[in-house]
Amino acid sequence: MPTVPAIARFLRLGLALLGAALALSGQQILRLGNGTEPQDLDPQAVTGLPEHKILMALFEGLLSTDATGQKLEPGIAESWDISPDGLVYTFHLRKDAQWSDGTPLTSADYIQSYRRMLTPELGAEYAYLIFNFVAGAREYYRGEITDFDQVGFKAPDPHTLQVTLKQPTPFLLSIIASHYAWYAVPVHVISKFGPIDRKNTPWTRPGRLVGNGPFVLKEWLPNQRIEVVRNPRYWDAARVKLDEVHFYATEDIAAEERMFRTGQLDITYELPNSKIDVYRRERPESLQTTPYLGVYFYRCNVTRPPLNDKRIRRALALAVNRDTLVKRVLRGGQSPAYAMSHPDCAGYSAQAQLTEDIAEAKRLLAEAGYPGGKGLPPIELLYNTSENHRAIAETLQAMWRKNLGIDVRLTNQEWKVYLDSQHTMNFQLQRSGWIADYIDPHVFFELWETDNGNNNSGWSNPEYDRLLHEALRTADTAARYAIYQKLDAILIDELPAIPLYYYSKTNAMHPRVKGYLPTPLDGHPYKYISLQD
Amino acid sequence: MFRFIARRLLETIPVLLIIVSATFFMIRFVPGGPFTAEKAVTPEILRNLEAHYGLNQPLHHQYFDYLGKLAHGDLGPSFKYPNRTVNEIIADKLPVSLELGLLSLGIALALGLTAGIIASIWKNTWLDYTASSLAMIGICVPTFVLGPLLVLFFAIHLGRFNASGWYDWQDRVLPALTLGCVYAAYIARLTRGGMLEVLNQDYIRTARAKGASELRVIFKHALRGGLLPVVSFLGPAIAGILTGSFVIETIFQIPGLGREFVTSAFNRDYTLVLGTVLLYATLIVTLNLVVDVVQVWLNPKLKFE
Repeated sequence: MPTVPAIARFLRLGLALLGAALALSGQQILRLGNGTEPQDLDPQAVTGLPEHKILMALFEGLLSTDATGQKLEPGIAESWDISPDGLVYTFHLRKDAQWSDGTPLTSADYIQSYRRMLTPELGAEYAYLIFNFVAGAREYYRGEITDFDQVGFKAPDPHTLQVTLKQPTPFLLSIIASHYAWYAVPVHVISKFGPIDRKNTPWTRPGRLVGNGPFVLKEWLPNQRIEVVRNPRYWDAARVKLDEVHFYATEDIAAEERMFRTGQLDITYELPNSKIDVYRRERPESLQTTPYLGVYFYRCNVTRPPLNDKRIRRALALAVNRDTLVKRVLRGGQSPAYAMSHPDCAGYSAQAQLTEDIAEAKRLLAEAGYPGGKGLPPIELLYNTSENHRAIAETLQAMWRKNLGIDVRLTNQEWKVYLDSQHTMNFQLQRSGWIADYIDPHVFFELWETDNGNNNSGWSNPEYDRLLHEALRTADTAARYAIYQKLDAILIDELPAIPLYYYSKTNAMHPRVKGYLPTPLDGHPYKYISLQD
Repeated sequence: MFRFIARRLLETIPVLLIIVSATFFMIRFVPGGPFTAEKAVTPEILRNLEAHYGLNQPLHHQYFDYLGKLAHGDLGPSFKYPNRTVNEIIADKLPVSLELGLLSLGIALALGLTAGIIASIWKNTWLDYTASSLAMIGICVPTFVLGPLLVLFFAIHLGRFNASGWYDWQDRVLPALTLGCVYAAYIARLTRGGMLEVLNQDYIRTARAKGASELRVIFKHALRGGLLPVVSFLGPAIAGILTGSFVIETIFQIPGLGREFVTSAFNRDYTLVLGTVLLYATLIVTLNLVVDVVQVWLNPKLKFE
């Protein structure tokens, strides 16, 4: 009869063997929480960060970035040059570049892709990231010209792509390296499954989708997970260490955190606010907090009293203790914002900064005719329904009441109703945010242009608009950043919006993940990531 | 009976048409649309998007267009997921919700009936008090509390299950248990009440007097009448289990239709809203019909008319 310890030993041996077998198979599979279910995997039919994270595995741009997301690196283009006037960009594609089905990837693919992107019938949301910059593109998109040869894309030979711009646009390479709007799509594959200029052509299913990135699509279980496996035809395949990446749809962040604790995930998409302190105490090695290139602000409707008075906007902006807000209320690694542009954005930081000054705020309020807040009708603050936004709004409401005697009333609306109020300017003061699409300070200034669809404040300043356009034409970075300093100064003087804090991303990550570094846009090139046992 | 069923089925057609029409116009009058986004697209892009989905047509035109396609069983393309049609999404996700619903219902009936019958037989003993208290707790604890508690204990503490997902049979256990427990609690209370009422009736006394065994009295004579309240509850309950699985599906990240039903409204995914509403309306109408039929069959006092 075997004794109990003998059985236990036998079992333990079995377990050890099983473990060894698993280790031998040595599959490097990274499991990521990826937020909401992606709309689609067609780079020209989607918007949003969850989509971006998956597309980065399946496709690659002409340029790419290093693991920090900041330094430009060659992608499908092995080199590029820019004409002295900054208007013509020439990309030299890799001769061995190919699609994951083995079809060569040539400059003609890019021309066809951009033509598809600019086809009005496709209705691509990000078409403006091309037609705002490329010569003739907006005219083509609007149907004012029908000959695509007149748009600034040329393919002199199969491995050369030439892009001619309307104005120098010095940050174009940054957009190309970080935004999927500039990816090529496999038109030869799309046309097999339907018209190429229709959003609902079903070419992005597993077995159909062909890409040019480090991974190819293996499985897509909607609202569950997407699995991608190593693409042997990727030009830099030797550098790819992961065998597979699994993206889990994790809409509920509390459930996602529980998945992390049971070991179902290596990296979460987010972390609930209530868990941040717990992780700080109990699993500091798994807590990741990184700055995220975006600013949270309260937008003023400058067409309605009393916020049409600059002095009142200033009084509000000066009487907020942002440090308290960030440290006591938010507590997730955010940093206080004293300007509208993000600090250290591609080497640019605003010099003009708001200074908190309650005495000055009181003086301005009195000067505007409301000493001690007396006589000022209540100001309505609109936010979209969410715990976090409410906590921030209540904090500011208390600060303004205490510091200025101003009465602020809080209103919340469901997300799309709130967005509708924003776009129709049906508010007095509205919480809002702006997340960069690409890494350049320009992204924080363009929205305050008079005609920009995202301005929504009614604020307009001809000098501001003029300087903004001048920046687009200024090829020299130092000179361009000098212009941005002026724009920042105008913004914090006139305050179409009151900056409050800069975003951060907080998530949980298992310490065995290596090479997943903090990046400003939260995109992480997968070829630098590995798992260590 | 067949005339009764046929008439009821005919009656459902105008009911469904009213539901579809009301939903169609209500969702259109809600502020914000499928393309309302934090980063507004330029006016020319918005125009093209609307043209792509036919939203630039007059509303009544779109309405009749939708009804025309509906008559052919085409629920249209989804706005949120451009390469999927609403038919595909429903075909993909309804089975998941059905599976979850049926498992939960099985658990609810097994637990609820057992507890209810036990409580009624041994009424006012510790057995009754235990079963009734558990049922009360089950009714009071919402699924969004029970679900995470079960996960905390069985998945995180014991490590027996995944915290969420829907991949193999083990992933079915916790969600079905969570959803099942709540309904089990209602069923237990209804069964107990129904049974107690029946057990006091004369015909039960007669059965006992004639010397029928207690088991025979309970299962042959009492149960049929005692279950009537449960049956009338089951119609709405099944519909509730199927439509109300939103919370469970979110907590456990289950790819079911309950989530689409709710999120489609947030996304202003017009076609998906209509498709899911229509489906659930059909389900509820059908289930009510089934319940009516079963009630007549169980209760000799009722007749088809």
